[in-house]
Amino acid sequence: MNPRLRTRRDAFRIAGFSAAGLALAACGVQGQKAAPPKADAVQDFWSKQTKHGKVVFANWPEYMPEDQGPLKQFQQATGISYEYKEVIQENAEFFGKSEPVLRAGQSLGYDIVVMTNGIQLQNMLQLGYVVPLDHSKLPNFAANAGQKYKERSYDPGNKYTIPYTSGVTGIAYNTEHVKEDITSIQSLFDPKYKGRVGMMADAQEIGNFGMFALGIDPEKSTEADWRKAGDKLKEQRDAGIVRKYYDQSYIDAVSKGDVWLTMAWSGDVFQRQLAGEPVKFVVPEEGGTIWTDNMLIPKGAANPVDALMLMDFLYQPAVAAELDEFIQYVTPVPAVQDLLREKAKTAKGEDKKALEDMVDSPLMFPSEADYAKLRGYTPLTNKTQQVFNPIFQSITQA
Amino acid sequence: MRRLTPYLLALPSWMWLAIFLVVPMVAMASVSLQTGNAIDGFAMTFSFSNYGDAIGRYSTQLVRSLLYGGMATVAMLVIGYPVAYWIAFKGGRRKSVYLFLILLPFFVSFVLRTISWNFLLADNGILFGTLKGWGLLADDFHVLATTFAVVGGLTYNFLPFMILPIYVSLERVDPRVVEAAQDLYATRAAAFRRVVLPLSLPGVFAGVLMTFVPATADPINAAILGGTSNTMIGNIIQTEYLTNLNYPTASALSFTLMAVLLVGIFVYARALGTDNVLEAAAR
Repeated sequence: MNPRLRTRRDAFRIAGFSAAGLALAACGVQGQKAAPPKADAVQDFWSKQTKHGKVVFANWPEYMPEDQGPLKQFQQATGISYEYKEVIQENAEFFGKSEPVLRAGQSLGYDIVVMTNGIQLQNMLQLGYVVPLDHSKLPNFAANAGQKYKERSYDPGNKYTIPYTSGVTGIAYNTEHVKEDITSIQSLFDPKYKGRVGMMADAQEIGNFGMFALGIDPEKSTEADWRKAGDKLKEQRDAGIVRKYYDQSYIDAVSKGDVWLTMAWSGDVFQRQLAGEPVKFVVPEEGGTIWTDNMLIPKGAANPVDALMLMDFLYQPAVAAELDEFIQYVTPVPAVQDLLREKAKTAKGEDKKALEDMVDSPLMFPSEADYAKLRGYTPLTNKTQQVFNPIFQSITQA
Repeated sequence: MRRLTPYLLALPSWMWLAIFLVVPMVAMASVSLQTGNAIDGFAMTFSFSNYGDAIGRYSTQLVRSLLYGGMATVAMLVIGYPVAYWIAFKGGRRKSVYLFLILLPFFVSFVLRTISWNFLLADNGILFGTLKGWGLLADDFHVLATTFAVVGGLTYNFLPFMILPIYVSLERVDPRVVEAAQDLYATRAAAFRRVVLPLSLPGVFAGVLMTFVPATADPINAAILGGTSNTMIGNIIQTEYLTNLNYPTASALSFTLMAVLLVGIFVYARALGTDNVLEAAAR
C-alpha cells in the first residue's frame, strides 16, 4: 500500500472522528421549563390578538355528533368557519408527537386541543406550551359551568384549560358470559375469570385500579403505595388472569366476548348499550376514577381569539346538551340534565327511552354520593413520574 | 471536468444520504449519550451507561423480538419459497397476475390489515365461533393474545417481501439448465438441490434481509395481536419515546437493536457465503 495515501486516509479518518465527536456533543435537546407566568401574561398575550374568522379544532374520535351540529351553529352565530379534526387517540402519543414541534417554537396547526388531566397535560403546562385564557371573554363558562368544574386541582382557577367533558373509569362486563352482578374491583382479580380480564395499559389508569383494590386513595398515595399496587397487579398478571393490556380496543374485545370483564370508560359502554350489545358498566364499590378532558389553546395557535369564542360557545346549555346527548359522558354544564329531561317529555318511542336513561344515569349526572366514590389520578411531578411510570409499565410491557 | 461528472451526478444522492441518514443518526447517537429529562432538558454527558441500563432493563424484550423475528422469517421462507417457485416455473402467462394478487393486500394500510385479523380470529368470531358451535374446539380455545398470533401476524404482513426477491432470482434461472441437469441423470430433487436452489440463494438472502429486520423491529403486531407477555422491543422504544419522553433510553435501545441486527446479518452473510451476498447486493 502506498504509505502517502495511507497517512492521508488516516488524517481523513481522524478528522472524521473528531467531526463526529463535535457533532455528537453539539446536538442536544434543550430544556424549556416555563418561567413563572407574569401577572400581566393574559393581558400581554390577548391585547395583541385579533379575530381571523376561522378556527381549527383537534379532538378525539366520537366526541362530536356526526352532523357537527354544535360547530355549524357556531359558524352561523359568529361567521367563523371551522375545521374539525379527529386526530387525538391517546394523550401520550399526541403529546409525544407534538412536544418536539412545540419545543421548536412551531405551531401545531390546531387552535383548540383536548387533553385529559394526566401527566401529559401537566407537562404541557409545566413547559409553557399552553396559552393562558382570558376569562373576561368566557361569560358562558362563568355562568354555566358547574362549581366542581371550576375547582381543578391540576389547573387552579382554570388559568389554562376549561373542561370539555368528564368521565368515569370503572368495570365493564359482558352479560352473556358473566352471570353474577359485578360490584367489586376484586372480580378483576378473581382466578375464576382467568384469561378473561382486560386491564388498561395506561400507567395512571391501571395504577389507580391497583390502588383501589388495596383500599388506597390514589390522590394521596405515596411511592410505597405504588409499589404495593404494582405487586398486586403483577400477581394478577402472573396468575394468568389478565388476557391483555388494552388501549381503546378493550371495548370491542368486551362486546365480542374476547374478555368478559375489563376496565372501561363509561361513555364507551353507554354507546355500545344503545347499539344493543350485551355490556354493562359499574363503578366498583372500592372506587373509580374520574377524569376530565380539557380544551386548551396550544402555544403558536394561529387563531386564539376565534378559539376562545368557540370554547365559550360550547358552554351554552343548549349546545352542551346537544353535545352530551351524543357523547354520553359527564358534562361540565349541570343545566343539561334539565334540558334533556324537557326533551324526553316531547320525544317518542326509542328516543324517549334513550333520553330518559341518560337523564337518570348516575354516570352522566353523578350525585354527591357517586362523586364521593370517585378519585382523580395521582398528582405527579416531573421527578415522581419517572418512578411511577416504570412501576406500572414493567407490568403492562413485560 | 469529465472526470468529475460521475461525482457531480451522484451528488444529489450523497446529499440525500447526508441529510436524511447521517444527520438524524448523529443526532440520535448524541441523544443516546445524554442525561436529563424532557422538562429540564437533556445535556451531553457521554453517559455510556444508558446502554447498559437500557439493555439490562429490556433484555427480555430484545431477545424475544429477535426470536419472534427469526420464527416469522423461517415461516415466511417455508411458505414463500414454494409460492415463488410455483409462480416462476408454473405461472406461465399469468405470472404478473399472481404477483399482483400477492401485492394486492398492500393497498390496504398495514395497521388495518392487522386489526382485521382481530375480527377474523375473535374468540367467538366468524371462524372460531362457528367451530366452537360445532363442538370442534374447546370453549376457551383462543389464538388472539398468544405468541402464535404475533408471529403469525408478522409472517402475514411481511410475506410479500420474502416472495418477491426469491421470485426474481428464480425467474432468472434458465429452464434449460434444469433440463441439462436431468439429462445428466440428476433426479428432480437432485436438480433442485444442486442447481435451482444455489442459483436462488441471492434471492433468499435478500428476502431474509428484507423481512427479518422489519419483523424484529415491528411494534404493531405485538400491540394488536399480542397478550400480556408478547411485548416486543419496538413497543418499548415507542413507549420510551412517546409516553415517557425518555429520549436517551429510547435512542440507546434503537442503536442496540441496530447493532444486534447488523451483527446477525454479518454472521448470516458469512454462513451463506460472501459471494452470494455481494451478488445479491449488486442486483
